[in-house]
Amino acid sequence: MSNYLLKNVSLVGQAPTDVLISGEHIFAVGSDAAKQGASAEVIDCTGLVAVPGLVDLHTHLREPGFEASETVLTGTRSAAAGGFTAVHAMANTSPVADTAGVVEQVWSLGLAAGFADVAPVGAVTVGLEGKQLAELAAMADSRAQVRVFSDDGKCVSDPLLMRRALEYVKAFDGVVAQHAQEPRLTEGAQMNEGVVSAELGLAGWPAVAEESIIARDVLLAGHVGSRLHVCHLSTAGSVEIVRWAKARGINVTAEVTPHHLLLTDELARSYDAVYKVNPPLRTQADVFALREALIDGTIDIIATDHAPHPDESKDCEWSAAAFGMLGLEIAASVAFDVLIDSGASHWQRYAEVLSHNPAQIGRLSQQGQPLVAGSIANIALIDPTKRRDAVSTESKSSNNPYLGLTLGGEVVHTIYRGYFTKRDGSVAAVGRDHTAKAGN
Amino acid sequence: MSQLNHLLSAADLSRDAAINLLDIAETMASVNDREIKKLPTLRGKTVVNLFFEDSTRTRISFELAAKRLSADVINFSAKGSSVSKGESLKDTAQTLEAMGADGVVIRHSASGAAYTLAHSGWINGSIVNAGDGTHEHPTQALLDAFTIRRRLHGAASTGKALDGVKVAIVGDVLHSRVARSNLLLLNTLGAEVHLVAPPTLLPADASGWNAQIHYDLDGMLHTVKPDAVMMLRVQLERMNAAYFPSEREYARVWGFNADRLALLGEKALLMHPGPMNRGLEISAAAADSPNSTVLEQVANGVSVRMAVLFNLLSGERSIDNV
Repeated sequence: MSNYLLKNVSLVGQAPTDVLISGEHIFAVGSDAAKQGASAEVIDCTGLVAVPGLVDLHTHLREPGFEASETVLTGTRSAAAGGFTAVHAMANTSPVADTAGVVEQVWSLGLAAGFADVAPVGAVTVGLEGKQLAELAAMADSRAQVRVFSDDGKCVSDPLLMRRALEYVKAFDGVVAQHAQEPRLTEGAQMNEGVVSAELGLAGWPAVAEESIIARDVLLAGHVGSRLHVCHLSTAGSVEIVRWAKARGINVTAEVTPHHLLLTDELARSYDAVYKVNPPLRTQADVFALREALIDGTIDIIATDHAPHPDESKDCEWSAAAFGMLGLEIAASVAFDVLIDSGASHWQRYAEVLSHNPAQIGRLSQQGQPLVAGSIANIALIDPTKRRDAVSTESKSSNNPYLGLTLGGEVVHTIYRGYFTKRDGSVAAVGRDHTAKAGN
Repeated sequence: MSQLNHLLSAADLSRDAAINLLDIAETMASVNDREIKKLPTLRGKTVVNLFFEDSTRTRISFELAAKRLSADVINFSAKGSSVSKGESLKDTAQTLEAMGADGVVIRHSASGAAYTLAHSGWINGSIVNAGDGTHEHPTQALLDAFTIRRRLHGAASTGKALDGVKVAIVGDVLHSRVARSNLLLLNTLGAEVHLVAPPTLLPADASGWNAQIHYDLDGMLHTVKPDAVMMLRVQLERMNAAYFPSEREYARVWGFNADRLALLGEKALLMHPGPMNRGLEISAAAADSPNSTVLEQVANGVSVRMAVLFNLLSGERSIDNV
């Protein structure tokens, strides 16, 4: 059993203290830690800020089916590099994660990799086709214990089916995570509809196609008294609708991606398909509204929508390219710049939006725990002083739209259930062995 | 003369560069009036017409232009462009590069394909955008400007811009690469641009466009009294996508017919990039009227494309040696 003494670490932005990790747990914090950790390996954390291990509610791990883009192993290594200790694996694999068998496969691949908890997301409808409910209860009852259901990549656009899904998941405290995109309003859509799309001659993806679905869904969620989660909210108008719904007491949560917090549709002027994503990059006014909503609590979490694609899917003309961009190794830094470096918010909010809240929405009780004695030792350690090139090294794919940018808040160490999946900036060679008692 | 690397967008042209190209086109037009319509200028150069989309008119116009400049011309017709449909744009471009193309004239159904080709590093030759999706078609804008200038100034055209000239572009502006390139070039040359279309066929947000927008064609003809009216081709599949209810209604409200011809000044140009849908956006009476410049546009297209290829591919050679 490995013991580590984290010396001089700032817990969520507080004054420096010590943390003793023993096996899978935080054993002691403060003066107790130093006293009881005499034999522990000392990790000097001077200047570093510890937050609970990050939890991503929206990750595309691509396995099974699209292993050329990513695997559970490479995706969770990328997660570890970005400070994550848990990821939710989206269902648009091949075969689709719409049965207990597939979600258990993904879950066990995560266990074998040992770089993060992998919580499979179950498809809402069979084959993501939007016609018939998938066997949601079977997935919920499986070893994967699915609680988040989503047809992400596609919208559950049929209002009746959406109503039924919302009702049905109440039986096992599930949540429907909606990819809000009215399909008829976005046929052939390539980028945000606005001034830039008019100039570039690319078919527009209007904000109203997202907002109209969110408006419908919050009303449905209110009507049936269920939990709704809105994936990758991208417009100022969507923020207004979610704000209104929350004020009415509707049980809705919302996520924003790092790229929608930082990048705008102006980037499409390069016709570089690395900037092609769904929902599309929006305007600067949308970026400001999303940041404000993240800080004031209207938006609950940052989720990456990490969407790896092989080079041939991006190295081509815009309209032939795939939608999606990497995010796992960048999210912590974007959040740092938006919340901390800007002076607009604080580390407590950072921990909420990247760890506590996503763990709560996904019902991952062993994630997002406070950094106190007795908690599971899932910890990301961040250097708030250094800026770094926004590279992504662990993913199998390289569709990184942040390349060339410099961001703050680098993740120095990631501790996953007491095991260093990343240490001194390098991802561990092998993952945590869940069959062993604990430790490295 | 200002040397261009590529011609991807009408926005690539400064006012001086645009006037310069139009002036070279005047010289080329005089070549086209000679008995022997050929210059040795691009001897030994290879021009590839890379057409991912059918367009016989544009292709033969570029082919003739290149041949009149003595370039070797290869027509590469590659239907189906995306990765899923066969060879990718990248592989095609690298193949042409390996064969030593000096200039590539590309027509593609994807907006930005010419830009991507020019900035990818896949190919070193000069790229001419011969129409990319619903984005741009800069040589069409040049030939339209050339046609307007010639009709307005005749033999005294050389050196002139289009300051104060009122041009109305009518029809499916939203999906039109002709409209986008014309808007940019006409603005560069000092013209006043009016767009006339049903609201469904205009961009949802055209606030970035330097043009006046009208929904009423007759009203525009009465109040603006345009010097030139440019009719855009309507694609019938738009009707099925609910952009307009029926051909009859479109022709009645936004088509150019004999009644509207009567509202046009005697010297005003009635333009169409072709191919025309007679009876839809333009009636036979209008298309065959003295105002119509349709065939002049075709002839001028060759001269303008000669000027563009000359500018891109002739190196330091001066037009005075032609």
